[in-house]
Amino acid sequence: MLARATTHALVGLEARPVEVEAHLQRGVPAFSIVGLPDKACQEAKERVRSGITSAELEWPLRRLTVNLAPAGLRKEGSGFDLPIALAVLAASRQIPAERLAQHAALGELALDGRVRPVPGALVAAEAARRAGLDRLICPPESAPEAALAGIEPIPVEHLAQAGAYLRGAFEPRAVVPPERGNGAGGPDLADVRGQERARRALELAAAGRHNLLLAGPPGTGKTMLARRLPGILPELTIEQALEVTRIHSVAGLLPVGRPLVDRPPFRAPHHTASTAAIVGGGAGPRPGEATLAHRGVLFLDELAEFYRPALEALRQPLEDGSIAIARVQGHAVFPARFVLVGTMNLCPCGGRGDPAAECSCSPQRLAAYRDKLSRALLDRFDLVVQVPRARASELGGSPSEASAAVRERVERAAGRLHDPPSLSKPGAELLARAVDSLPLSGRGRARVARVAATIAALADQGSVGAEHVAEALSYRSPTELGSWT
Amino acid sequence: MDVSSVRTIARRKPGYPRLLSELHDPPATLFVRGDAGSLSEPGVAVVGARSCSAYGAQVARSLARELASVGLVVVSGLARGIDGEAHRGALEGGGRTVAVLGCGIDRDYPRSHAELARRIVTSGAVVSEYASGVEPAPWRFPARNRIIAGLSLATVVVEARERSGALITADFALELGREVFAVPGEITSGLSAGTNDLLRQGAAPLTAVRDVLDALGIEPEPAAGVSSVSDAAVAVLSILDDGACGADELTRATGLSSAEVAAALVELELGGLAAQADGVYRSFSLGRSRGARRLA
Repeated sequence: MLARATTHALVGLEARPVEVEAHLQRGVPAFSIVGLPDKACQEAKERVRSGITSAELEWPLRRLTVNLAPAGLRKEGSGFDLPIALAVLAASRQIPAERLAQHAALGELALDGRVRPVPGALVAAEAARRAGLDRLICPPESAPEAALAGIEPIPVEHLAQAGAYLRGAFEPRAVVPPERGNGAGGPDLADVRGQERARRALELAAAGRHNLLLAGPPGTGKTMLARRLPGILPELTIEQALEVTRIHSVAGLLPVGRPLVDRPPFRAPHHTASTAAIVGGGAGPRPGEATLAHRGVLFLDELAEFYRPALEALRQPLEDGSIAIARVQGHAVFPARFVLVGTMNLCPCGGRGDPAAECSCSPQRLAAYRDKLSRALLDRFDLVVQVPRARASELGGSPSEASAAVRERVERAAGRLHDPPSLSKPGAELLARAVDSLPLSGRGRARVARVAATIAALADQGSVGAEHVAEALSYRSPTELGSWT
Repeated sequence: MDVSSVRTIARRKPGYPRLLSELHDPPATLFVRGDAGSLSEPGVAVVGARSCSAYGAQVARSLARELASVGLVVVSGLARGIDGEAHRGALEGGGRTVAVLGCGIDRDYPRSHAELARRIVTSGAVVSEYASGVEPAPWRFPARNRIIAGLSLATVVVEARERSGALITADFALELGREVFAVPGEITSGLSAGTNDLLRQGAAPLTAVRDVLDALGIEPEPAAGVSSVSDAAVAVLSILDDGACGADELTRATGLSSAEVAAALVELELGGLAAQADGVYRSFSLGRSRGARRLA
């Protein structure tokens, strides 16, 4: 006797359809799974057997073979438990096989038969819909996420419930797709006292999606400022939100109860992160932090402490907005269009730039510290701001402008930047003068022009004037950073 | 490095700098890369600490730039810190500069200044009393310093700790009866201990480029029409004249927006009236900027 269930395997950010075939034959009772399962998938045997008996269903005492087709595709993870169990039940005639064939299924089984969530429900649901299936049997936690794909999720808490549903003895509750949030939440810019220049740079970074480097002595609020950037970024459109949700779904990062990621994500990997953790990798390539920060902010605190290869690997996504990963097992292209925010001290001891402390770094140590950041990477930062230590009087001052007000300005400017303002004659003259007298590369010139356009857009101007170019010039790498080579 | 481009000048031969032979032990041979003629031009030594402060670096750079722009050759030792900034400033000012090495003429020491040395020889010269292949050694640097002092009409010490090599240069200059200037620094900073000590011993304090020019009897060229600056820039400059400060303090002190202050600062930077290091802005109150400030 043979029965089939449909499920999906994750390859990168995509879900590929997998047919689960369960075959019962006469012979010594045995259970084997074939079709390139990984360790977690191979262990499904024990979970499925316990799950079926715990659900007070019958474990068929026959020779049982489960095949996961296509056999050449590597199957990873525990999401195959539920479809395997359902295929076994259909093969042993405990549920109707033809009803099962109209559903896709996804979920991990507990030994007591409960259904647990697995990553990637949204992409699996989308793939199911494309394949012409309109129902997905899934754990209740994944149901709202699956509903986003326009499919009808069948939330089941227990394998027995799934069996009852397929026999027509149980009607699951209807699931409504999640609504968009109101955009609020996250730390607010009103908490930052003083730091006018850094706040301005933050606003520019948000409006023009410019990469921002905050440099300054420890304890001056660099990290505090950076964490407030997502709060002033424009709202994600619904397409962008779905795109981000898909990525976070595959990574298993969706917060329970809020399955739609409708605010720009903020990712802050620790500086010990490996290259694969940052840009993605692994045998079946998995998305890294750069991809998780897609449409949001990738925050690298203490930039100079990161492994240099990990930083250099970021150059491709910074340029193209995507990461291509080639492995023996497969090739994947992950989207990675993020605003990069880095922070660094001005020297390893942290005393530099702080009037209250004296730098004790030797020139060799200072050079080694700065060598960690290649010129090529520094060139990718459109905005470089030195964050000085705030005076006590500023810290006691009144609260400053809130994120919501800044975001309104940013959204207006971002809209205007779809058709960027052109460079006026005085602006072009100043830029030419700056190229002559400052250490400014060709890339640097283009960077200044881009930032100047953002400044003009924020000022609601149709063309980029000299004052906009002048301000943009003040955010370039200072001569010190420029003379690092 | 192409060894064939090294010129050798023996003592008492034409081309040997006259000022240098006033030393009581002038080098028997000079090895020169670049324009040997620049050794005999009137020069001023700008020397100081390797690990200098941002303030020292800026003073060295702007001082060298001003000196070079009136046609003086800036002499220094190609070391990190003040020396390197002095060479860079002179090149920025469109002038010539001479780097005196404490190692073989074929060595670029420190290596990070190899590119700087290459730029120096395009107009000025790199010079050493050591032939190719001689390794840098601590005891060779004081000997190098006598050449720096010997080539220069005056010596300016920008920043020096106690027992700094720059003080040895100053000693040689005093022995030769040449002018010695020291840039006053904060009495609380170890980096100014050497320069303040020089001042106590009677070195002339340097507070403007004019101090050097007056001592050498050079008439400074009238301020070459610094283009007029905006009102915002004038306001910012007047705050900076009272002391270095960060962009945020300027925003509060002037009442201008952060964007206006940023634009004004770039205007001042491009006009050579102010500079920033580590997020702190300073006005260039050396030489020309005195004239420039009047336009406010």
